[in-house]
Amino acid sequence: MDFFPLILSLEVAVVATMISLAIALLAGWALSFLEFRGKEVLDAAITLPLVLPPTVLGYYLLIVIGRESWVGAAWETLTGSPLVFTPKAAVIAAIVHSAPLLTKYLRAAIESVDPIYIKAARSLGLPEWTIFLKVVLPLCRRAVAASAVLAFARSLGDFGVTIMIAGNIPGKTQTVSVAIYDAVESGNGGLARTLVLIVSGIGLLVVWLSNRLNSPRALRS
Amino acid sequence: MLEVRLQKRFSKAAESAGFELNANFQVQAGTTVLFGPSGSGKSLTLDLIAGFAKLDSGRVLLDDRLLADAGTGVFLTPQERRCGYLFQRAALFPHLTLRENLMLAATALPKLERHRKVASLLDSFRLTEIAGRKPSDVSGGQRQRCSIARALVAEPSILLLDEPSTGLDTTLRHELYEILAQVQEEFAVPLLLVTHDLEEAFLLADQMLVLVEGKIAQAGTPREILTQPASPAVANLLGMFNLLPAEIKLLDPGANRSKLKWNEIELEGPYYPARLLGDRVTVCVRRDEIAVTPKMGKAEKGSLVLTLVGSSETSRTALLHFDGGLIVELPLEEFAENRHHREWSLQFPTSTLRIL
Repeated sequence: MDFFPLILSLEVAVVATMISLAIALLAGWALSFLEFRGKEVLDAAITLPLVLPPTVLGYYLLIVIGRESWVGAAWETLTGSPLVFTPKAAVIAAIVHSAPLLTKYLRAAIESVDPIYIKAARSLGLPEWTIFLKVVLPLCRRAVAASAVLAFARSLGDFGVTIMIAGNIPGKTQTVSVAIYDAVESGNGGLARTLVLIVSGIGLLVVWLSNRLNSPRALRS
Repeated sequence: MLEVRLQKRFSKAAESAGFELNANFQVQAGTTVLFGPSGSGKSLTLDLIAGFAKLDSGRVLLDDRLLADAGTGVFLTPQERRCGYLFQRAALFPHLTLRENLMLAATALPKLERHRKVASLLDSFRLTEIAGRKPSDVSGGQRQRCSIARALVAEPSILLLDEPSTGLDTTLRHELYEILAQVQEEFAVPLLLVTHDLEEAFLLADQMLVLVEGKIAQAGTPREILTQPASPAVANLLGMFNLLPAEIKLLDPGANRSKLKWNEIELEGPYYPARLLGDRVTVCVRRDEIAVTPKMGKAEKGSLVLTLVGSSETSRTALLHFDGGLIVELPLEEFAENRHHREWSLQFPTSTLRIL
């Protein structure tokens, strides 16, 4: 059995989760801490990928990072290879799939921190960024970790956006979701069942871990 | 010195009444207590000074530094104001040890100075031994001490305290008062303390500001406020006075006396300047200044005989409720001996009858 799709998916999910976490922390901080014009528009723009069909998202991404786009062309000039239909495109697809949800989770986690700690930190003269890193994040670290675990699972399971911008190139861009689809299409039921069971097992583990991280200490012990 | 002129309005909404804070006052060295009932705007006042809320008009000046001025649009962030703030809860960061709480507050200081300062404050507030513990692993009193030490790390120009004794038992409360005295003595930081506890206000205040419905109703020393409340609202708030609606029947500046009629009863008071015969006034008399004895035989001249309609007792005193709504305070032992008497003889020493 070829484990490449599984390994690629895990690699893509790990990288995408880390990048999504950085994006979501920044966006969550800006949306919770800062007052600026267009805040609600930014919030709506971040939420949009959650409500759009994956093919629509994929189409937008093809326009933005395709070989004809200036982003895609600049990338190709700099690296000598295109961005679309590579594992990097699979990472981008996973980020687009997971970062919006992660931002929503993190914003809720950040805003659940008792405001008295933020007021206390401000009265002590601490800069906003220090307050975020040294007070807010540690206080909601379990919720952040739980959200990151869920984002990992979501990154692992993307199909629609991935197939649109990374394609289905066995041994290069074929992720586990795409491989399952491929196996079913080609009548390879055994491979499809094995991959489905493995992905389901990972999913179950991830949900258990996320719930455990998010539950109060008393309930965990 | 803190000098404030604050105005903040909240419009009437579907489920909340409108409110307007309009307070002008100064805070000098020592402890200034902002005293008022719940909902009078005390905490809002602190928030406007600390920069947690934005004023609609007015300004805040601290040691000649302009912290906020609605006219020119100056509005320093809480970080720039150097106002230490103590909350109703200790608000120590729960994921950090006591030492780390202080170290974080000292972030802006150079490294060596930071360690020296934190060590010295931990020592001053008797926290060195437990500095490595998390806030959840120390007592309420230790948390309170650490919270004050942490506020002092940043060398604030003033310390704002929002009902810091809320939820503390009597022992912890007195420990807090001792720490506040220590803060005054060692660090000479002016304190502006908000409370609705009259006993606490009188115990701590060098200066007292009485806030009623968003306005400073009276400012002065506790003694001045107790001797002469500025209005019926202040007297009511202090809860120690009888307020009697009366009419001036006689004014005799030569003999320094006057006669007042309350409920068909004639009371003799001092001469009241700037008052006219027939004026309807509110006579204010402290509950513990009325001389009261059980009526035995014929009542003394000048005394008033009233019927006791009820009584309530605290740990040290008894409150005697007489017909006409008059309340008199008496030491508990004195009342215990005479509680069976129905008729009591009351005398109002002339100087105790104040007019509001």
